[in-house]
Amino acid sequence: MSDTHAETVAFVRDTMLPPEPPPVTEIGAVRWVRENLFSGWLNVLLTLGAVYVIVWLLAHIGPWLLNSVWNAGSLAECRQILDGATGACFAVIRDRGQQLLYGFYPANLYWRPNLALLLMVVALAPLLFPRVPRRVLWFSAVYPAVAYWLLWGGSVWFPVSVLLGFPAGYLAWRVMRPAGAILSGIVAVLVPLLWWAVVAGPLAGLLQSIVPLGLRPVRSDQFGGFMLSIIIGVTGIALSLPLGIVLALGRRSDMFLIKTLSVGFIEFIRGVPLITLLFTASLLLNYFLPPGTNFDIILRVIIMVTLFAAAYMAEVIRGGLAALPRGQYEAADALGLDYWKAQRLVIMPQALKVSIPGIVNTFIGLFKDTTLVVFIGLLDPIGLSNSIRADTNWNGIYWELFIFIGLLFFIFCFGMSRYSQHLERRLKTDHH
Amino acid sequence: MNNVQTSAVVDDANPVAIQIRAMNKWYGSFHVLRDIDMTVHRGERIVICGPSGSGKSTLIRCINRLEEHQSGQIIVDGTELTSDLKNIDKVRSEVGMVFQHFNLFPHLTILENCTLAPIWVRKVPRREAEEIAMHFLEKVRIPEQANKYPGQLSGGQQQRVAIARALCMRPRIMLFDEPTSALDPEMIKEVLDTMIELARDGMTMICVTHEMGFARQVANRVIFMDQGQIVEQNAPEEFFARPRSERTRLFLSQILGH
Repeated sequence: MSDTHAETVAFVRDTMLPPEPPPVTEIGAVRWVRENLFSGWLNVLLTLGAVYVIVWLLAHIGPWLLNSVWNAGSLAECRQILDGATGACFAVIRDRGQQLLYGFYPANLYWRPNLALLLMVVALAPLLFPRVPRRVLWFSAVYPAVAYWLLWGGSVWFPVSVLLGFPAGYLAWRVMRPAGAILSGIVAVLVPLLWWAVVAGPLAGLLQSIVPLGLRPVRSDQFGGFMLSIIIGVTGIALSLPLGIVLALGRRSDMFLIKTLSVGFIEFIRGVPLITLLFTASLLLNYFLPPGTNFDIILRVIIMVTLFAAAYMAEVIRGGLAALPRGQYEAADALGLDYWKAQRLVIMPQALKVSIPGIVNTFIGLFKDTTLVVFIGLLDPIGLSNSIRADTNWNGIYWELFIFIGLLFFIFCFGMSRYSQHLERRLKTDHH
Repeated sequence: MNNVQTSAVVDDANPVAIQIRAMNKWYGSFHVLRDIDMTVHRGERIVICGPSGSGKSTLIRCINRLEEHQSGQIIVDGTELTSDLKNIDKVRSEVGMVFQHFNLFPHLTILENCTLAPIWVRKVPRREAEEIAMHFLEKVRIPEQANKYPGQLSGGQQQRVAIARALCMRPRIMLFDEPTSALDPEMIKEVLDTMIELARDGMTMICVTHEMGFARQVANRVIFMDQGQIVEQNAPEEFFARPRSERTRLFLSQILGH
């Protein structure tokens, strides 16, 4: 303690005070309960009210869940077993669960979507977690072709020759590089397009005739259930982020034409309901396409869902870009980084980090919006629940089906949400 | 005082580093830089001062084309700044800049901040870039912070990292835009000391600052600007002892008066 006199104005501290722990009443569980649940009469009232509601809910839902029947062939049989008591009839999940997951995909081929899902986890791992070896990224790059082949089947040479379009484009770019950045850029885009339009099909046919190798093909109209939701959702998510970045940069561009196109696209797509885009995909496109073209319905839906999500994504990312101080752009410029390097190394890592909550919000929205495809006749889980009820055995069953479907969606969406929180913590660099 | 002015006389014989001729700039219809003529020789250390809004920051930001000038000429190390992107990139990789608010990249560590441009612009191999970065971090006396993030450093430390980051590009010219204005008083000295050391090594420096002590000690020319024009320039002893223009006298009395 310092021995200064209180009555003197001048003051000199001769001992610095050491830090001390807070009083015992300021820490611990009792403190927490008192502070959060019973801090005042209004708080006490609210706590008691909340407890009452929780108990009431448990009292009503509890028996329904506890009495649930898991073994029955029909709703009538369930009721017979329950014999007047309240209880859920989850036997429908046991009976039709596979259909809710796979749609009308041939049952003996279920291993193919299962394997595709498993490989998806492998392909996603290096993208989501930095500790996974970087070499796995090669697998992530070819995964879309692998997954396509596993799901739709057919000749292995088709996805292979489509994939070859990318190295073809890269080669063309390397060859043309001395001729200038713009020319080599155009060639790098044109060559793969030409490859896919002209070379890929015949090449796949040729290779197949030399080395026949393939899986039993499965038609798109046999796809359904949660598998379909994942296919549309994951592809849409994977494509909408890069497209959204390009659109956001386009909207902030100094170049009039690019800016106008980006703004026009974003405002148009955001201005119409997704369902109209889906109807366009399913009905109107047929009028515009040359007769006889068979443009896969799932592919069409994926394109529309992607475009829709990309417009939202662009606005989310634009918000992130706007949040960056001008100094970041100036520092990158002053160091001599060109536009693309500055974007890739300095601007985007920060803008995307700021936008994580909005980006994941859009992802989750997109994933749940895949249920809208029921309106154009695709059999997603909701569509299948209708067809299950059309069966006389299960006519009249609602809750159990929707709880199951809701749970599946919840697992995925909650997973995304948790991952995004983990990512935000991992990328936090301001204080540790 | 530990004076660095040893080469004030020989500077004119050195080759020209920056040549600005009849340069004008407007923000919209506001004439922000008026008819600027300025020659900087290699190894010169120039301090630009003046009241806020006098265009001093804009002037040095024109030198690496963070701002575009509308008429006249700016030639940096023999390269004229035009809308030609190649020239701009060339000048920017020769000219280092330190900002008032540091502008470090918060998502990268100190070391990564320093190696980013050498690796991606100069194509230096990573290992070598890291050696260069550590060399300059030692020079600004914070090698032990190399793996921290900018947000974990004090303002003075951040500004020294910003100086090291610019030096890692091995620039021939360094621009300082009010490098100590955003710092707490006790941190100003550590940054100024770093800059004084840099001056001793013979770096060509243009520094916008209100640190008149630094100007006296380091500069071999002080430029006073007001309303977008160069009002007076002189060797520091003369500039502070016998300011010739009324505006300069008023300005000096305001910033030195208390």
